[in-house]
Amino acid sequence: MIYLDAAATTPVRREVLEAMWPYLTGEFGNPSSHHETGERAAAALRAARADVAATLGCRPSEVIFTSGGTEADNLAVQGIALARAARDPRRRRVVISAVEHAAVTASAEFLARVLGFTVSRVPVDSQGRVDPAELSGLLDDDVALCSVMYANNEIGTVQAVAELAAAARASDVPFHTDAVQAAGWLPLDVAALGVDAMSLSGHKLGAPKGTGVLYVRSRTPLEPLIHGGGQERGARSGTENVAGAVGFAAALRLAEAARPVQAARVAALRSRFIDRVLAEVPGSLLTGAPEERLPSVASFCFPGTSGESVLLELERAGVTCSSGSACAAGSDEPSEVLLATGLDRETAQTAVRFSFPAAVAEEELEEAAERVRQAVAAVRALRAPA
Amino acid sequence: MPIEPVYLDHAATTPISPAALAAMTRELSRNGNPSSLHGSGRRARRVVEDAREALAAAAGAHPSEVIFTSGGTESDNLAVKGLFWARRDADPRRTRILCSAIEHHAVLDTVEWLEKHEGAEAVWLPVDAEGTVSLEALQAELEAGAETIALVTVMWANNEVGTVQPVAEIVQAAHAHGIPVHSDAVQAFGAVPVDFAASGLDAMSVSGHKIGGPVGIGALLLGRSVRLTPVLHGGGQERDVRSGTLAAPAIAAFAAAAEDAAAHLAEERNRLETLRDRLVDGVRKAVPEAVLRGHPTRRLPGNAHFTFPGCEGDSLLFLLDLAGVESSTGSACTAGVPRPSHVLLAMGLSEAGARGAQRFTLGHTSTEADVEALLAALPNAYARAKQAGMAGHASRIQTAGTR
Repeated sequence: MIYLDAAATTPVRREVLEAMWPYLTGEFGNPSSHHETGERAAAALRAARADVAATLGCRPSEVIFTSGGTEADNLAVQGIALARAARDPRRRRVVISAVEHAAVTASAEFLARVLGFTVSRVPVDSQGRVDPAELSGLLDDDVALCSVMYANNEIGTVQAVAELAAAARASDVPFHTDAVQAAGWLPLDVAALGVDAMSLSGHKLGAPKGTGVLYVRSRTPLEPLIHGGGQERGARSGTENVAGAVGFAAALRLAEAARPVQAARVAALRSRFIDRVLAEVPGSLLTGAPEERLPSVASFCFPGTSGESVLLELERAGVTCSSGSACAAGSDEPSEVLLATGLDRETAQTAVRFSFPAAVAEEELEEAAERVRQAVAAVRALRAPA
Repeated sequence: MPIEPVYLDHAATTPISPAALAAMTRELSRNGNPSSLHGSGRRARRVVEDAREALAAAAGAHPSEVIFTSGGTESDNLAVKGLFWARRDADPRRTRILCSAIEHHAVLDTVEWLEKHEGAEAVWLPVDAEGTVSLEALQAELEAGAETIALVTVMWANNEVGTVQPVAEIVQAAHAHGIPVHSDAVQAFGAVPVDFAASGLDAMSVSGHKIGGPVGIGALLLGRSVRLTPVLHGGGQERDVRSGTLAAPAIAAFAAAAEDAAAHLAEERNRLETLRDRLVDGVRKAVPEAVLRGHPTRRLPGNAHFTFPGCEGDSLLFLLDLAGVESSTGSACTAGVPRPSHVLLAMGLSEAGARGAQRFTLGHTSTEADVEALLAALPNAYARAKQAGMAGHASRIQTAGTR
């Protein structure tokens, strides 16, 4: 099986499992306990936090461990918006892009539906990009938070995060970015990016599911989402998942060390894969940006098919991929992201996303491209009138 | 000092069980997002659904009533916030939350947050000297104005003093007025018989790492017809009540631990009660002035909680730790400032009386030798803690967390 659905999830790396192992077994303490077993767990957690901070170029106290990317996004969007609004009651609006992950979109909708906020959506162009000038136009002194993802999970488009963050700063609006898909492929230095908050997920990086991080710049106000024992400096209560944090830190460190080489290598393979598919599958079109895109994502629409039937055909042929977000898998609705880029509903329902693991081999992609050609042809033949 | 410390803090966290570790490592070596439609996704989905069935069976619930979360704290937050918002949205008059005075901070702080930010009004239900919630007070509040109550939340068993609450009676009283009830069963589940269906509860929180599962996984058991506003929004997993990629390895391990705990509950309960009674008797002989707190019989099998007059709990914890015995003062400290336990204060203790608290909790790895080690170390540790005294001296140690 050729696994080309790394944007949905990646296997846990062996080195990560080895790093976690002591904390799954003998070193089982609760970091809040003040005896020796607890102190050892607390020390491991401190080391993991420092490790993550070193990669992000921030202070350890700015790293909040969460249960994953979804919680990190929820904490950032709800937590910053609520805290900012509490300090300045005029600020009751959040601005998000039209192509955010559901974790951000649904958090913003919750703020609107239950907590009395309004939501503005900054549109994207046909390649899925947000224009910094257009974003600036939506920012005013009534905005509590702006959130634009670093790289899109469905079409791989990379946003000009530094410019967007600068636009937000100019309006004194806290800026959050969902970097769940960017991690491991794009630079994560929070100072260079200029972001106030950034979400990361472990299981996209070779750490286990159920681990994530929210970076929050030290002076950014944040209202907690999960209350209780006051762990994570009060920002996120709940017994700390020490093994998970250690695994996350190891995975991030490994991914970051390999990134410069892997990103260039996989980007070249991706471009070749895209060229082949566009050349060999009649009528195929690339979704997202040709240039500003993740090294790991190739996404297409194949008019005259349905995305689901192409997926089934490819799975039979030994290629695992998806129509887009795993969270939306099985839904009959066309992707909001593709509609936002201006595609019609019918075309949007023919979407197929290939997302590559860091270790993907050239031969695998050559093989996959050929099978894509065959699969699309087979589906079209079935749908054509006899 | 023994090489391996004697661990008497199983209520804080307990080592992972062999069954759970096996399930965890098996699933950590496999890939797949349970929301994906392809082969590896479907396989991961089956793992999650098998685990859901196993956990449901262990908790006396239907599989569709299991909402996986990141732990007991998230479950408590989801239940309290979610029920409050859903009930208030359906009827704006319903802003009161009836809550026992001895809840875990995950419930307590969530209720206080709703008070501060969302216009909720907390009604603290008192407890007696043994830590049992007053059914009369509950009844009086229900009769005084049931139409303004959003929910009732009372823990199944207290994490500090171990008192088991009359959950069935609480549910019966609240349901007579149509009020939903949540219970934090984090300490009770796996330790005493907990049957969600038989209890009549609308929502119940459980946690993995208290029963031999991994940290970072828990569940909210939620009646099928109960409406709840989510806390974590996104991909719409878990009946759209809790979004986020399902952590198949942790879920499988949690279910394995729950199955294991349920299968051996009666014998393990007897074993722990015998050990615990030996511990209590031994402490009373060694330190006659120590007072057992909580209910004498209706308490968690592994829980022994004492106040030791004339010393700081922190000092005693520190000195016992030096002697290789690990315990807890039993009171959570969020701000880094030691303060007496809200549970003990609610039970009527004075601040001074509450300060000498020490909690010893037994679990699946506990042995007679652990108890003997404590009893051997205690007299000297207590004597030194008393010498260190109480008043005015700044404690070197913060109070330990209870979760």
